[in-house]
This record gives sequence, structure tokens and C-alpha cells, in this order.
Amino acid sequence: MKHIISVLVENKFGVLSRVSGLFSGRGFNIETISIGPTLDPTVSQMTIVTTGDERILEQILKQLNKLIDVIKVTDFADKEFVEREMCLIKINTPQEHRSEALRIADIFRARVVDSTQKSYTFQVTGDEKKIEAFIELLKPMGIKEVVRTGKVAITRD
Amino acid sequence: MSNKEITGAEIFLECLKKEKVDTLFCYPGGVVLKIFDILYAQKDLRIILPRHEQGGVHMADGYARSTGKVGVALVTSGPGATNVVTALATAYMDSIPLVVFTGQVPTALIGNDAFQEADIVGITRPCTKYNFLVKDVKELAQTIKEAFFIASTGRPGPVLIDLPRDVVTNKAEFHYPEKVKIRSYNPTVEGNKRQIKQAAEAIAAAKRPVAYIGGGVILSNASREILEFAEMTKVPVTHTLMGIGGFPGTHPLSLGMLGMHGTYYANMAIHNSDLIVAIGARFDDRVTGKVEGFAPEAKIIHIDVDPTSIRKNVRVDIPVVGDVKHVMVELNKELRAIKEPWDAIRKSWQKQIDAWREERPLTYEPSDEVIKPQFVIEKLYELTGGDAIIVTDVGQHQMWAAQFFKYDTPRNWLSSGGLGTMGYGFPAAIGAKVARPDKNVFSISGDGSIQMNIQEIATSIENNIPVKVVILNNRFLGMVRQWQELFYGERYSSVDLGSTPDFVKLAEAYGAIGLRATKPEDVVPVLKEGLKAKKTVFMDFVTARYEKVFPMVPAGASINEMIFGEEKKKEEKKLKVVR
Repeated sequence: MKHIISVLVENKFGVLSRVSGLFSGRGFNIETISIGPTLDPTVSQMTIVTTGDERILEQILKQLNKLIDVIKVTDFADKEFVEREMCLIKINTPQEHRSEALRIADIFRARVVDSTQKSYTFQVTGDEKKIEAFIELLKPMGIKEVVRTGKVAITRD
Repeated sequence: MSNKEITGAEIFLECLKKEKVDTLFCYPGGVVLKIFDILYAQKDLRIILPRHEQGGVHMADGYARSTGKVGVALVTSGPGATNVVTALATAYMDSIPLVVFTGQVPTALIGNDAFQEADIVGITRPCTKYNFLVKDVKELAQTIKEAFFIASTGRPGPVLIDLPRDVVTNKAEFHYPEKVKIRSYNPTVEGNKRQIKQAAEAIAAAKRPVAYIGGGVILSNASREILEFAEMTKVPVTHTLMGIGGFPGTHPLSLGMLGMHGTYYANMAIHNSDLIVAIGARFDDRVTGKVEGFAPEAKIIHIDVDPTSIRKNVRVDIPVVGDVKHVMVELNKELRAIKEPWDAIRKSWQKQIDAWREERPLTYEPSDEVIKPQFVIEKLYELTGGDAIIVTDVGQHQMWAAQFFKYDTPRNWLSSGGLGTMGYGFPAAIGAKVARPDKNVFSISGDGSIQMNIQEIATSIENNIPVKVVILNNRFLGMVRQWQELFYGERYSSVDLGSTPDFVKLAEAYGAIGLRATKPEDVVPVLKEGLKAKKTVFMDFVTARYEKVFPMVPAGASINEMIFGEEKKKEEKKLKVVR
């Protein structure tokens, strides 16, 4: 089962490798991980998407809490939350495909962030399903490159 | 202002004094020369120079285990640092508080593949509780304070501090913080009151309870509380290898050790119990055997300071997170209020356990011809009256020392339980003797293990740290051979130590005393002479080659599926030991 975990950590060097080392050392999975600053410059926030049964998830949460540099661990399993991911997609666009590509992009509210004679780069934001659907539709046109941020999530009040 | 500033090396020394460190196990090298220059003149610390960095950190570990204090060591960068990795992993697996300092190349050179550079913070991240790279001399004192705090609180463990050369030579004002608070590190000490009450009720309701105690009891100094608990509730107590001494081994309620080489009655009691009270133990695979077959009818109460230990390997019905001593004080309070007629409700269970005890006591087949290793341990116990610190290596001798010596008090049994580090014993024994010079310290070892850190004889002689080394010499890597005999069709691959050195001559070469026993009647005289020795003595007991450790739970079996040593005896092969 997929889980989203938010982890607040000390903004120190080596913290990422402590977290990723914990996952690799104990055989846990990381599907995506994204890290960024918070309002407090001494604290960073990680969003980790992982898979595992209930027992494994309990261990992941406990082991994360045990790391000295981890300040707070939040499991989103029993919470209302909003999740988003951003994705940049570069596609080949021979003349005959250009308008079709733009039409699809419009449906997904994707924006063109770079455009050349032969290519478009789209920026799309949303949950995983939306991004995957968008990618599927663009595939026949020839995707050159896909870059995804991994999920970020925030609880609803 | 500038005259108040002192070098990082001086700050290092001042910090150790503030932490009341009295012994430093240290090995010099290029980038830590400045520190050794400071150590040259000072009188506050006892400086012990090992002959290998691994030995030095095992010594600090033995010092820590035998006292409960933090063990401290210092080594240089690169190979000095990588040499301590095994010793750190050993301490980490057994939750032993250490602070180990490593030198590092100057900060400007880090990452340049400089001479004797190793990314030791990266290397030791998974085998330390925490580690630091100090980048500025101004942070040094605070870092050392935090390191001692982290090493000694919660579930203890080793902490490494990496000191680049410029941090040691640069100057800063010295200010040692009185207190330390780390916002992201707050171990739970007190147990949850409601959970403790539930545990007490479960203990009162249980018909076939067993207490299963581990190293956490020793680490939290809770053996008195365990004794009170057992004597009040009449719950029999079994211990892990790490829990030895947490409950008196001679007590009528003691079941001895459980698990792979545990007693028949301990394993049967656990397997048939309806309640297991696990205290400072972590359900290691050597204890549980096949997890699916472990104690099928038992409810489990699990008391541990580390929440990750709970429900890691087995289901738990009543978890209590907290320091063992604190929790046991509260639990005993709750139990006193219950006032069951404890004797009466435990009577039939006690009778069943006594029957198991009688059915298969811990035993071995004595011999008049060859020295049985168990016999050596028994005689050692008799001659010392149990008043000694026993330190072991890893293998058959370790199990026999656990089975046939009785430990009534904590911190008199030191052994590498989690990692199973051959070569741990002798240096750890030196560390224990440094910490508790009034005690006889025995390093019980095999002829394989002792050779893994034998160079430390020089350390013990030079520093006048007399350790009594008992070698149970079967010219084999005995435990591996035992597995090969039982499970690999007697194909003895790479276990014959036929060219084992003459330990008597070897000891003498280092200036130690060497003694040898080859016949059963030699055993007591050699032990007696060893006991009298004023300096380090090697007692080489040439033992039965094919002796095996029993009972044994084969890997993958449930703990009630033990095998015993009743099959045909092996013929004693001619001794190959050099005379």
C-alpha cells in the first residue's frame, strides 16, 4: 500500500543521507522523495512516498522518529490532505502535431514553458493520476524527456 | 580576549575533564598530533595505547559495559578511523555508550582524496547512534557535550566525532555548556501509566507467565527492580545473552538463557507460556527461532526504551515504551497494590517448570581422558565463587561460558551479542580491568577468536593491566565446525586451525605468563596458578576437539524443537598443537 509521509528535519548536511540510508539499510522502499526549505531556515521538510504493509509502515514511522535529526513525522494515512506533483515534459512536435499537443495541454491546464521549432516543453501540476494521464496522451507524439518533482502534500484544515 | 582563546586540542582535553573521563584509549597519527602533544603533558587522564585501533575501541567498550560509564577513544584519520568500524558496529548492536574521536584531514582538503582521508562520517552513519563532523573550532565544545548526551541517554550507543586537523589547531574561547537540549531528540523515559496498569493486570491474570529479560535491564541498572518483580509475583525469569547478570543465575526462579543455545526448560517455558513479559529485550532471531512458531499461546508485554524494538519481530499485546528501571518501579507499585496470593496461583506452573528442569538439565558428558570445555568453565566458577568479570569472544566457548558459569550480578559478563564479533573479548577484558582493577577479569576465548586481537597482549603488559585469558583450544573454528557437522554433512571447510601457535610461548614472547593443560587433572592446578598470577596470563586448555554446544535450536526451527548431544561420540584425533 502507498503512503505519504511528511518529515520535518534539521537543515544540516548529511540529513538526507541519514534518511535515505535508513530506507536502504532496512529494505524499505522510497517511491518519491522531495525536499525543500520551510519558513524556519533551520528546518527542512521532506515528503516521502513509500510502500509497505501496516507492520512495515509502523517500522518506517518509528525508525524515522528515532533519527536524531528528525523533528516531526506525519503519516497522512488517516488524514485529509491535498497532494500535488509538478512535471515538465518535453515532446517532439513536427508541424502536424503542434496544435493537437496544445489542445491536450489545454485540457490538462498544462502550460508551455519552452517552445522551439521542433519541440514543446509543458509544465503540468496535479495529482499522480492526472499527470500520468497527460503523459499517456502525449506519448504517441514522441516524448523526449520527462522530469517529475515527486509528490508534495499538505493536510486540510 | 585573544589570550582566553585556546586550541581545539586543548578544548578537547578540557571537555573530557568536564565529562569526568578518566581513561582515554588512543592511537596517534598525522592529523591528531596536536592532540597527542596536549596529552603528553596532562595528568588527568590515563592514556592507554592499544596495538590496533579496533582493540582500542573494544577496550573503551569493555570499560563502558563493566561500569555503565561512557567509554572514550581517539584515533587518527583514514585507516585509523576505518579500523574502528567493527568496534563501533559491535557497540551499536549492543547499545553501548561510547564517544569515539577520529582525526580528519583539514577542512579545506576534505573530498580531495587527501593522504589518509576517509569519509568516516559517511562510513559509520549506519553503525553509530549519531556522528558529527566538526567544521569550526567554535562548535567543538558544544558538539562534545551533545555527543556524550546522545551516547548515554535513551537507548545508549556509540557516537563518533570527526575532527579535521584545522579544527584541532585553530583557537576559540572555551565554554562548556552546562546543559544540552536537542529539540529533535527526546527519548521517552517514563512509561505510559495506563499501559503499565494493563501490564500488571495481565501478570496477575496469567497462569503460565515468563519474564524474558535482555541487555536493557543491564543498561538501565534495573536488576534490583527485576528481582523485586520476580520474587513478588513468582514469575520465572529467563535471560538473553545480553541479559546475563540482570537476574541472579543461582536464583530458584532463574531459568537461565533462552534461545538457540538456551536451556531446555527456558525454551519450553517460553513456548508453553500464556504471558511473556519482555523487558529490555528485542526478540532477536537467535531468541525466537522461527517467529511463526514462537510462543503460540502467549500474550506479550514488551517494555523497551526504543519504540522501534516493539512489534519489529513479533506481535505485541501490551507495549510500554520507557526506560526499564522507571517502568519496573511503576509496575512493581501496581503489582504490590494487586496483592494476589502469588505463590498459590503460580504453583502448578512452577511444578511444570521443575519437571522440565529435571527432565533435561544443562549437562555434558564428563571425561577422564580429554578436557571437556564445559568442565573448565565449571571449575573456573567453583574456584572464583562467581566473583569475577567474564569477557568472551564469539563461538562455542561463548555459549559454554554463558551456560556453565553463574552470574548473580550485572556488568560482570561482557560479550558481543548482537554483532557477534570475534576478537572482541581480549581487548574488552583489558578495558574492564582498567575500569575495575579490584576484580579478576577473565577473557574466555577460543583458539580462533583470540588470534583476532592477540596483539593487545603488549598493551596489557606495557600498562600493567593483568588479564587472565582462558583459551578453550580445540584447534577448530568450533561453532562453524559444529554447524558443518550437523548441517553440512561433516564437510569441514576452512575450520581446521591445525597450525595454531603455541600460546604458551607466544604469551612468553610478549612478556606474559603462559600455562597449558592437556589432561583433565591439569585443569584445576592451571586455573589456580592463573588466578594467582600478577600479570597477564594465557591458560591454554587443550580441549576435546569435537565437543558441541547443546541444547541447540537449529536455524529455522521453533525454540521447542531442540536437539541434544546424544548421538555417537567422535573419536579424538591426535593433537596437532605445537609443543
